[in-house]
Amino acid sequence: MTAINHREKTPLIRISKRENMSIAGMLAVRIGAFVLAIVLGGLIFACLGTNPIEAYMQMINGSLGKASGIRQVVKIAVPLLTVALALAPCFKMKYWNIGAEGQITIGAICCSYFALYWYDKLPSFVLLIVMAIAAILGGGIWALIPALFKSRYNTNETLFTLMMNYIAIGIAAWLCGGPWEGKPGSQIIPMFNEKAVLPKIGGVHIGWIFALIFVVVMFIYMNYTKQGYEIAVLGESENTARYAGMNVSRIVLRTVFISGALSGFAGYMVASGTDMTLFSNVANNVGFTAITVCWLSQLNPFVMVIISALIAILSRGSSVLQTQLSIPSTISSIITGIILLCLLGCEFFINYEVSFRKKGEN
Amino acid sequence: MENTVHAIEFRNISKHFGSVIANNHVNLYVDHGVVMAILGENGSGKTSLMNMVAGIYYPDEGEIFVEGEKVTIKTPKDAFNYGVGMIHQHFKLIEVFTAAQNIVLGLEDEKMDMKLIASKVKDIASKYGFDIDPNKKIYDMSVSEKQTVEIIKVLYRGVDILILDEPTAVLTPQETEKLFNVLRSMREQGKTVIIITHKLNEVMEISDVVAVMRKGEHIKTVRTKETNPDALTEMMVGHQVTLDIERKTPVDIKPRITVADLSVRDNEGNFKLKDVGFIAYGGEILGIAGIAGSGQKELLESIAGLRRVATGSIIYSPEGRSTSNLVGKTPLEIREAGVAMAFVPEDRLGMGLVGGMGMTDNMMLRTWRSNKGMFVDRKEPKELAEVILNDLEVKTPSVEYPVRKLSGGNVQKVLVGREIASNPSVLMSAYAVRGLDINTSYTIYNLLSDQKDKGVAVIFVGEDLDVLLQLCDRIMVLNEGRVAGIVDARVASKEEIGLLMTKNMEEGVH
Repeated sequence: MTAINHREKTPLIRISKRENMSIAGMLAVRIGAFVLAIVLGGLIFACLGTNPIEAYMQMINGSLGKASGIRQVVKIAVPLLTVALALAPCFKMKYWNIGAEGQITIGAICCSYFALYWYDKLPSFVLLIVMAIAAILGGGIWALIPALFKSRYNTNETLFTLMMNYIAIGIAAWLCGGPWEGKPGSQIIPMFNEKAVLPKIGGVHIGWIFALIFVVVMFIYMNYTKQGYEIAVLGESENTARYAGMNVSRIVLRTVFISGALSGFAGYMVASGTDMTLFSNVANNVGFTAITVCWLSQLNPFVMVIISALIAILSRGSSVLQTQLSIPSTISSIITGIILLCLLGCEFFINYEVSFRKKGEN
Repeated sequence: MENTVHAIEFRNISKHFGSVIANNHVNLYVDHGVVMAILGENGSGKTSLMNMVAGIYYPDEGEIFVEGEKVTIKTPKDAFNYGVGMIHQHFKLIEVFTAAQNIVLGLEDEKMDMKLIASKVKDIASKYGFDIDPNKKIYDMSVSEKQTVEIIKVLYRGVDILILDEPTAVLTPQETEKLFNVLRSMREQGKTVIIITHKLNEVMEISDVVAVMRKGEHIKTVRTKETNPDALTEMMVGHQVTLDIERKTPVDIKPRITVADLSVRDNEGNFKLKDVGFIAYGGEILGIAGIAGSGQKELLESIAGLRRVATGSIIYSPEGRSTSNLVGKTPLEIREAGVAMAFVPEDRLGMGLVGGMGMTDNMMLRTWRSNKGMFVDRKEPKELAEVILNDLEVKTPSVEYPVRKLSGGNVQKVLVGREIASNPSVLMSAYAVRGLDINTSYTIYNLLSDQKDKGVAVIFVGEDLDVLLQLCDRIMVLNEGRVAGIVDARVASKEEIGLLMTKNMEEGVH
């Protein structure tokens, strides 16, 4: 007798890696996940005594039914899309920049300085350009700080960028209550002069056009430029990048700067286009939500348009629910969470195959 | 049945990994109270055999006896219960824990009285002559201290049979001496020690008996006193096998790469290469032989500009142009200096290629900078990819299919094909046929020979001595980062190279 006497049963559920799923299959899984999320959300509405269909209709009407609703959706989607685009090259490079929140804030702070103190010295057009440059440089340099430490001392960029967020938000809060405070004791910075406000096209600030341009530019940058190629190689293997003669730390710094600059620009669009002043929560979690957008889109800029629009619709819809059906907006956050969880979770079924033990097998 | 009870006995043990046979019907026993060396080249099945008694692998066939009792060892815990413990080559310690915490990790019945544990650890240490601070954190420790923790971890569990996998590979000569003293004192106290090694001098120094393995089989067990390094080498490398590789006599060879006094240190400051000097000629294949980790990787990476060189020079002499020193240059600077260097690294998907990209984008690794402007040009790389696909018969659904998903042989064809397509004047390859089937291996040998005939200086790092002897013109043997000798491949024997690979190079390497 041989020594092999361990009896092993085939496990009840087996999980194996799946290599090639058809595009139709992937689409089916994702749509299925979305439907599941809608059903689960409906259950929550039903538990609250609201008719789920009515609730969903209200959400759709409130966000897409009227022109004003659509404008609100676009306003929410623009910074989300821009920041998701900003994060894409970093994530492609496997540099975990979760500091977009801070980079947005610093961008907004830098442009606000010119909006508040230079509006009477420059014509509007020049002022807006100066503000944009300030936001781009501010966000970019803010993002560079952790990247420099990473390339020089190999610090952990995830923690570093995260901590930088709190510093940036702290600076903004200090400016609101301190040096830039309007009426003493108000804790609020005065509204920008109209010369420092982004013009509108189609009822929404011009930022939406910029965002759509960024989509195309980022797609080309990531897929067809030498720099995009460098990012892709470095993301897969630093050794291969070095082998191919790439200057690793220069690529990291350059990419992180671009990422921070774009996030800073998003901060500029929010401050100048939407808020028309600087709030300490100018970033308003966009820096984190954009991470979700980025991953759900699998770093594809065009898909990001769809995902950020979807999240904006949910967000707008939830505020409508609050006013129309007096459902607390916290409930809507739960529904949003369920949808995101299902969409992210379904990736598992795209990458892995789950099979059950057949009857008769032991 | 046997009359005497052995500490461990393997009967008819076989183990396969896919189509690779790691152990083939091995019969081997170890007696009590001895230091036994398991000697063999890389891939001869030493470690996988020992892993089966340590609970890491489970044999496909055969039986294992410990203290005369037939055992089923499925986990390291089972092994501990039978009094067997193994110290692996790669330490399995928690960096942020102290030595004592690591030692009791996983012992469920242990009372977590750290003072008591520390004193028990101290007792074990003084019993065998170790030096250890139980409260020191692992991340503050040197490699040798970490090894001490691993050994005490095993002793703490009360084992009588210790297996050490290449314990000296990471140690300095002084630390090695210290370890050997500990092993001797263990033997005096009745423990059985098995040490896996490929270093002959250590076998002669520490062991009482030595079991030689080759290609997954147990060749012979002999008493160390009754043998000598020559005899062991012959058992280890076996008799010469004739391969059918066409080898032309080099004509009109010219120095291409001249390496002098080259020394390279690793991050911890230990020498990986020490005073290496040789000339690689255009029009010949220079083989590099040596036990794994003797500095082959460091040598090639230094020439390629991927590794910081401590001292020495690497002079490149192109035809009809002035020479240049490659030391201190980055890979990009080397290329910009006009050095046509091709490099097939050991780590194919981790260095030579990008696994997630298709053939086209992998071709671009060498040329993506060559066109003007900010955009990449995929037209030429795609054409090149198609040429390689056809010429070398790469099996892939398309040139855009991720190379990671191709088989090892096809991956290597993509890599070698690209490197040769760059029209090199120097071609370096490391373990170019590792894991490849016979046919693909011959494709690679022929490609390298063609390059040699074209006047390229080919540097071939290999592990199969038969191949080295029949493919190369000269063979340089590296041993502990030094050049042990350079021989003519047409007249040298396997034994001669085997001895150079394993002889003691110790003097002065600190």
